[in-house]
Amino acid sequence: MSVLVYTENWDGKFKKLSFELVSFAKGIAEMTGTSVTALSIGNVDAEELNKLGNYGASKIVEVKDDRLNHLINGAYSSIISQVAEKEGSSVVILSNNNTGKALAPRVSVKLKAGLVAGVNALPSSANPFIIKKKAFTGKAFANVKVKSDKKILTLNQNSFGVKESGGSASVEAFSPSLNDADFKTEVKDVHKVTGKVLLTDAEIVVSGGRGMKGPENWGPIEELAGLLGAATACSRPVSDEGWRPHEEHTGQTGKIIAPNLYIAAGISGAIQHVAGISSSKCIVAINKDNEAPIFEAADYGVIGDVMQVLPALIDAVKSFKSEN
Amino acid sequence: MKILICISNVPDTTTKIRFVNDNTAFDTNGVQWIINPWDELALTRALELKEGSSGAIEKVSVISVGPQSSEPTLRKALAIGADDAIRVNAEPKDAFAVAQQLAEAIKDEGYDLIISGIESSDYNGAAVGGMLAEFLGIASVSSVSGINFESGGFQVKREIDGGSEMVAAQTPFVAIIQKGVAIVPRIPSMRGIMQARTKPLKVVESSATDNLTEFVDYELPPAKAACKMVDPENMKELVNLLHTEAKVL
Ligand SMILES: Cc1cc2nc3c(=O)[nH]c(=O)nc-3n(C[C@H](O)[C@H](O)[C@H](O)COP(=O)(O)OP(=O)(O)OC[C@H]3O[C@@H](n4cnc5c(N)ncnc54)[C@H](O)[C@@H]3O)c2cc1C
Ligand SMILES: Nc1ncnc2c1ncn2[C@@H]1O[C@H](COP(=O)(O)O)[C@@H](O)[C@H]1O
Repeated sequence: MSVLVYTENWDGKFKKLSFELVSFAKGIAEMTGTSVTALSIGNVDAEELNKLGNYGASKIVEVKDDRLNHLINGAYSSIISQVAEKEGSSVVILSNNNTGKALAPRVSVKLKAGLVAGVNALPSSANPFIIKKKAFTGKAFANVKVKSDKKILTLNQNSFGVKESGGSASVEAFSPSLNDADFKTEVKDVHKVTGKVLLTDAEIVVSGGRGMKGPENWGPIEELAGLLGAATACSRPVSDEGWRPHEEHTGQTGKIIAPNLYIAAGISGAIQHVAGISSSKCIVAINKDNEAPIFEAADYGVIGDVMQVLPALIDAVKSFKSEN
Repeated sequence: MKILICISNVPDTTTKIRFVNDNTAFDTNGVQWIINPWDELALTRALELKEGSSGAIEKVSVISVGPQSSEPTLRKALAIGADDAIRVNAEPKDAFAVAQQLAEAIKDEGYDLIISGIESSDYNGAAVGGMLAEFLGIASVSSVSGINFESGGFQVKREIDGGSEMVAAQTPFVAIIQKGVAIVPRIPSMRGIMQARTKPLKVVESSATDNLTEFVDYELPPAKAACKMVDPENMKELVNLLHTEAKVL
């Protein structure tokens, strides 16, 4: 018996996301009286693998195969299912990111395990197994009962936090049995942008809306983001107009993010925009209209013209940085 | 080639969410139902592909698992331009059951490309597309932000962290789409609305499903504390609050 957690790596390194998943798995293992097995697919060195022990994994199953350099949903979900069977795992945990969303549904069918996508916290009860998830795109929560013996959960990023437990883990290699049917997709071409803070990873996000008036005015947004080590984002009309790249579009139909700090400049705060940012720990809104709905979602508000407020904020951040 | 779009019937995105029966059911009173925004973009792209394919793509169909009350949403899809529609007559209880119903209804229909959205805006299952692919034993590509039809096959663009990949998949496969496949959803034309009335809408009886999860009840998020206003002339104060009070700097 164990809780199995799939820990994704990025060029051989884990991220905070992976440690958060293991911490969450440890919480479930404690509730159910079992232990945590982490599955790693790809080339990750021993030192990096061992880090997972610190967050509560007692065993690490490692799969290396050159055919697995790109995500292939069929093959990856088959490996996760095989390891879950081998380990007798009753709960399988993945991230509710693109990878988790790609794999969890397939694993659910393979294991005939009920899936709850987008959980934020430990189950309220282990038996019956009841866990809360986001519903109605952040406008509500649902308590979901999982009736199958095996369960699959995907955790929202930055919702549980990282908890060190100071343990160590044993590493075991595993050779899955894969066949051609698991490799029906082929990656032809990869296009990567480097050197930017990824929106979904960012602790701080500076975002601009139509109130910025045009792409030529994005200088202060980029400067503030640079100062804060933040990612940049935007509202949907801004990306639709081509003022900013589509990866930056935030909201119900764009990226759903949960940074520590979200700064919204010239964004009205339409319900579909707020749906993508409402899980942020702290929201700052800058808008010239004191009745803009963004102020209902925000923790701190500044009523004023972005073209004056942003430069003033940049100066204040600069002097804060020089003092701290 | 035949394309199928899976359509989820969801409350309009501006709906005020309320619950009834001791918070065990969603209050559908006065709710406007729409095509899930992703599915609308998928349909838009499928129609563009068909139109540009010189006849190689013969048909774009839509399917939805839902009760009779969801038919107007399928009619809207027909009005936008889908050639025919299928409704599986069942209450969509959870993603697993919906995917089972879909698989049973289409397994012998020979669709080459099946498109689903990344998630329904109501229950946020993020699951039906991947489950359907697994039930049918075919490939799935997710986070799809572009679909092209070239030299008789489909190529998709998939978003990855910090970039994208072009992926070729053996047909049939399921493309699970997110933002990007189309920018502006197509809206029905007057002519489309007229034609939709006579386009085929087939009703299929539901098949047996497994019931693995159950929505017990719902909660609304706790009310947010009032927004604290900061003088635009005093950004030092804002930085100070973010540092000492919110502890995010
Ligand atoms: C199905 C559907 C899905 C959608 N999904 C999304 C989504 O995912 N994300 C999203 O963002 N939107 C989404 N939308 C669109 C959404 O409804 C809004 O239209 C959009 O968010 C508005 O963008 P905005 O706030 O940048 O622009 P506007 O609504 O035009 O607001 C601009 C704001 O800037 C302020 N302003 C103007 N000038 C200044 C100035 N000089 N200084 C300070 N403030 C100024 C104005 O007071 C105003 O509040 C969706 C809509 C639909 C129907
Ligand atoms: N009842 C349904 N009938 C047909 N397709 C559905 C249904 N529910 C969900 N889907 C499809 O699955 C996608 C993801 O939905 P979900 O897994 O419910 O979040 C949607 O965008 C639709 O393409």
